[in-house]
Amino acid sequence: MKRRRLGHAGWGWTAFAGLVSFIYFFPVLWIVLTAFKAHTDALAIPPKWIFTPTLENFVSVFARAYIKGQTAVDTNFDVYFFNSIFIAGSSVLIALVIGTLAAYGFSRYPLRGNSTYLFIILTTRMLPPIVVIIPIFLMFRVSGLSGTYLGVILLYTAFNLPFTIWMMKSFFDELSPEVEDAARLDGSNGYRVFFRICMPQVKAGLAATAVFGLILTWNEFLFALLLTGVETRTVPVAMAQTIGGDIGVRWGLLAAIETLFLIPVVVVVYVLQNHLLRGVTFGTIRR
Amino acid sequence: MSTIRLRNVTKRFGSLVAVNRANLDVEAGEVLCLLGPSGCGKTTTLRMIAGLEDATEGDILVAERRVNHLRPSQRDIAMVFQFYALYPVLTVAENLAYPLHYERISKAKIEERVNRVASLLHLESVLQRTPGQLAEGEKQRAAVGRAIIRDPNCFLFDEPLSRLDIEQRQVMRGQIKELLAGLSKATVIVTHDQLEALTMADRIAVMRDGIIEQVDTPHRIFTEPANLFVAGFIGTPRMNLIEATLTEAGESHLRFELGGQQVRLPVTRPGLGAGSRITLGVRPRACEFVSEPDDGAISGQVDLVEPMGAETLVHLLHGDQDLRVVVDRTTRLTVGEQANLRFEPGSVHLFDEAGRRVEPAP
Repeated sequence: MKRRRLGHAGWGWTAFAGLVSFIYFFPVLWIVLTAFKAHTDALAIPPKWIFTPTLENFVSVFARAYIKGQTAVDTNFDVYFFNSIFIAGSSVLIALVIGTLAAYGFSRYPLRGNSTYLFIILTTRMLPPIVVIIPIFLMFRVSGLSGTYLGVILLYTAFNLPFTIWMMKSFFDELSPEVEDAARLDGSNGYRVFFRICMPQVKAGLAATAVFGLILTWNEFLFALLLTGVETRTVPVAMAQTIGGDIGVRWGLLAAIETLFLIPVVVVVYVLQNHLLRGVTFGTIRR
Repeated sequence: MSTIRLRNVTKRFGSLVAVNRANLDVEAGEVLCLLGPSGCGKTTTLRMIAGLEDATEGDILVAERRVNHLRPSQRDIAMVFQFYALYPVLTVAENLAYPLHYERISKAKIEERVNRVASLLHLESVLQRTPGQLAEGEKQRAAVGRAIIRDPNCFLFDEPLSRLDIEQRQVMRGQIKELLAGLSKATVIVTHDQLEALTMADRIAVMRDGIIEQVDTPHRIFTEPANLFVAGFIGTPRMNLIEATLTEAGESHLRFELGGQQVRLPVTRPGLGAGSRITLGVRPRACEFVSEPDDGAISGQVDLVEPMGAETLVHLLHGDQDLRVVVDRTTRLTVGEQANLRFEPGSVHLFDEAGRRVEPAP
């Protein structure tokens, strides 16, 4: 395939693409702008494009007075951010480890009724999660997992697994089995074939799977609301709880939380972006 | 000793018999080609020797040791795969060094051996590239290099040249042959290309539908095909196979009836009596056109003339049978013309009703 020169499409198309991107990006842009606005600027009609930026909202994410005139108190948002990162990170990592091993198994050592098993795994993602929330809530109450890190990490791991298995299996399916045969003949045992030969070839897949899983878990609200406790609360839940108060919805504050909330995911995606692009186009282009 | 032996090896996939009671002996230093049409079981046979497939029945011996129960990694066999199977994320140098991992030798030693193989196969300039950055011929050489860097019990090649273009194929054919001659290992090469087999092999095993039809030297496979399949499979253009009835078995000649014509050939076959249904096998280069009809020639109509450069391929319609004849390019024949064809008696093959070769008297 001939590699096209950058900018080959010309200014017209570039401008058009820019416009479409701007429309897509606009809500995010507006949130970021709002995060830097004072309360009156945020509520101004017509909306203000030019304003004096302030960091006041970001400060009050972490410490603010709940009633006007009182001294600011710690909002615990540092803990919630840690919780979100810890819970999402752990569950994605665990799902990736288990899912990758399972996917390799499904791909290379098919069981009798392999596709049935895979289908059953996928069915767990077919119903809206809210359907199962009551049984899961009860199970968590009975088993004492309610409000613990372990509980919510296990739950998110279970959420991520089907997707991880399916996605990683498709990556393993794409690999040439001949290469693994060659490694076996060259003296490698199963572990070395897996770690030294297969894993490096699916790096892009791991990155893509991790990012999708991370975004899914990072933004999850419903189960976090019901199953996390005061100590293990995640940012989406905490964010919802800041709505309300004596002066109505503090849009600036919400926007500041959201802006901060975006940063970790943006960083991860940025770091993995090269892999990601290869990961999502894997298999769609014949080598 | 580097040898490979198969004893009544059978492989079944469900009800399909991929390889049926195969027996083979490959001695040290010998190159054996498994030749056959696609789906005949030759690759399965190779994979069973390698340990990548389990034999359903029978014994596989490598270096005189039964290896049926051994994993591929324990059999100490080097194999070159059809699609090269280079490790995509490793450089050529790392690919070459990979099989040495379990030999527990020093880094310097490994490097020395990699360099030696690289210079042998002209890979020095691409050692730091990954397989994706290599040309087809370089990939092929890297795959061969990875096989010969160790000192294995034996070598297996699965369609080693099928991905190269014609020119590279001729060069590599010679290189591999030269390389193998210096290694004195038992080698099995799987191919569907008879030219490859005829040029590279010390012996050829022709396979069809999981059965080894004939194992012999390239010369004897060509001159004494054991049955109709081998006769038709080996040689280009294909051997003419003409059904005929033996009408007279004389002491010094046989008379046949084919397509309503009588032909008398000065050959004898002790096993045949008058009335037997046989098949005559005549290679396109073992017959000639004669100007006058006689009792040793058949006549037909020239149907198609295909100049092939040095020679010309003529299709002669005899009854409803298309006979291929290779003639010198100076021979002038026109389509539609009647011509008389005489078979070279010494080169006529006879096959009985079951398709087996009928040997002449010793």
